[in-house]
Formats: sequence, structure tokens, C-alpha cells
Amino acid sequence: MQMTASEMGITIGAVVLGTVLTRFLPYVLFPEQKHVPDFVRYLGNVLGPAVFGLLVIYCLRQTDWITPLPAGGTRGIPELAAVAVTAVVFVWKRQMIFSMAAGTAVYMVLVQVVF
Amino acid sequence: MHELRAAFPKTIPVLFGYVFLGITYGILMTANGFPFWLPILTAAVIYTGSMEFLLASILTSSFNPVSAFVTAIMVGARHLFYGIAMLPKYRGRGPLKVYLIFTTSDETFALNYDAEIPADMNETRYYFFVSLLDQCYWIAGSAVGGICGTMIHFNTDGLDFVMTAMFVSIFMDQWMKDRERRRSHAPELIGAGCAAFCLAVFGPEHFIVPAMILILAVLTLGKRKLEQDGSDVVSGGDLKNREDFRDADDGI
Repeated sequence: MQMTASEMGITIGAVVLGTVLTRFLPYVLFPEQKHVPDFVRYLGNVLGPAVFGLLVIYCLRQTDWITPLPAGGTRGIPELAAVAVTAVVFVWKRQMIFSMAAGTAVYMVLVQVVF
Repeated sequence: MHELRAAFPKTIPVLFGYVFLGITYGILMTANGFPFWLPILTAAVIYTGSMEFLLASILTSSFNPVSAFVTAIMVGARHLFYGIAMLPKYRGRGPLKVYLIFTTSDETFALNYDAEIPADMNETRYYFFVSLLDQCYWIAGSAVGGICGTMIHFNTDGLDFVMTAMFVSIFMDQWMKDRERRRSHAPELIGAGCAAFCLAVFGPEHFIVPAMILILAVLTLGKRKLEQDGSDVVSGGDLKNREDFRDADDGI
């Protein structure tokens, strides 16, 4: 460790400050008494669904779609299969706990046993 | 306390995801030579998984608090999105509002944004319990990882997929709700499409900020089109929004 204890404290403080800023800024800019502009309301409506699309891609960002696996196919196959199972089970049961358990189980079996 | 009973089952997926990731974080920090309490402390005060994993490498490099601050803003930029989306829902939440905002992690945002709270429950308390439970899971996981260090051995390959499965499920939930309300699927597709495009262009380490800028740009340019997408789309969306704003005033 190159940093002293106080330098580490300052660094952690800077990270906390930056993170807290991103969390509180929208609420500081639009306090409760203040009318929220039409455009920001529109963003509030459409950003939610859009961010979930982004987060799905974010979770899959490290997937290697090219390198072949020993058992054949590429690394993307377990991911795609597990995402499909998750989506289908969710549409079928409409319960997150079932779809997540099914998708994760399929993924673990695929990466540990099959591929 | 029936809000706690209703909130807990919804947070079980997060329990597994956070405990597992938290343990990984705790192990990572102790493996880098930091004391066991540091991952616990940072888990509580930073409470942004991706930033904490970065912190392990920041703390082992040379002292540069400005760079650390900027990194935290870049990594946390998605919280700005969450904040704007949660503005109506967290309106009029009283003193607990500060805690609700402070604990808006990816998963807590997802659960609270997506929550269908029964009419007989206090919404503020429901949001609070979801936020509190999630934060406890993360801190507990980090504590187990920090204290047990490298003693844990079991085949957890693939368990981290639980996070992906959670976001896929919520994405599908949004999709089906939009279909039931006859709203356009454009926001979902814009989010996933822009992210995939930026991932291909910028690579896995640097795509999130460009993706957010692109999503914001496309949603801004498409505002008129998205609102015109069938008049029911606009009125449905706006009505929903107004209800959100009104409902929120009923908090404590």
C-alpha cells in the first residue's frame, strides 16, 4: 500500500462525495415545491424502461461471443440460453423468484457441466 | 410491520445476489491487504458495487483524490437516471426520503420503481424496508467476505448470473406492463439497442457513459414521436405520471 491512512481516508471520502452527488442531484435540482418541467417528467416516464434495457446489456458486457469453447459453440451460448429461459419462465409465471432461479440454475449447469 | 412482510419476499433475489457479490468484494479487499473492516465500512457508505470493486485498485495506486472523485461520478452517473425516474415516487416521503435517496442502488431502484404496493400499506415504509434490507444484505455479504477472507471454497461458477436474471425479469415485466397499457415498447428497445451499440463501439469497460448519453439523446430527439405513438400512449403515460405525483403526496 502506497497511501497513508489519512490519504486513504481522503480518497474514500472523495468517492463517497462523488457517489452521493450522483444520487442527490436530481432531488436537489427539483425540490418538492418546484414544478418539474414537462421534459423531465417525460424522461422520468421513459428512462425507467430504457435503463433496464441498458442494465441487461451491462450484465452481459463481459460475455465473450467469439472464442470457441471446448465442447463446441461459443461462450455466448450459456448466456443466451439462460436469458431465454429467464424470459420465458417470467412470461409464464410472472414471478421474479421463479424466473431468476430457473435462469441461474440453467446457467450454472451449463458453465459447470456442459461447457 | 406488514410492509416488511410484503417487502422481504421481493428482496430475496437481491439477498442472493448481494450476499454473493458482497462476499466477493470482502475477499477482494482482504486479498489486497486491507483490514477486514474496510470492505464493511465502504459497503455501508459508498454502497455502489461497481465503484467499490474499482476502489480496491484505486486504493492500491498512488494518491489522487480528484481522479477518485471523477471516477465516482462517472460510475455513479446512472443514479442521475434513477433519481429522475424516482422523483414522483419519492415525493413527500418525509425524513426517510434522505435515506431512500442514499440507498438507491441498481437493484433497490429496480424493486421500488417496479413495486405494486397494496392499497392498505404505507408506501413510504414499504420503500424503506426494501432499501434497508438490500443495504443490510450488501453489508452482511461484505462482512462475511472480509472476515472469512479466502477460507470459502465451493463451486460458485455461474452464480453471479442471478443479477442478469433479475434485470431480464424486470425488463420483461416492464415489457408486459407496457403491452397491457397499450404503451410503446420504444423506451425498452432504445435502452437495450443504444447500450448494445455502444458496447460494440467502446468495449465493456467504457461503454456505460456513452450509452447513457446516446439513450438520453435518442429519447430527447424522439420525444414528439414517442408521445405521438398513438394518442393513448401519451395520455396513458401522462396520466400514470400524474397519478404517481398525486399518490406520493399521501406519504407520511
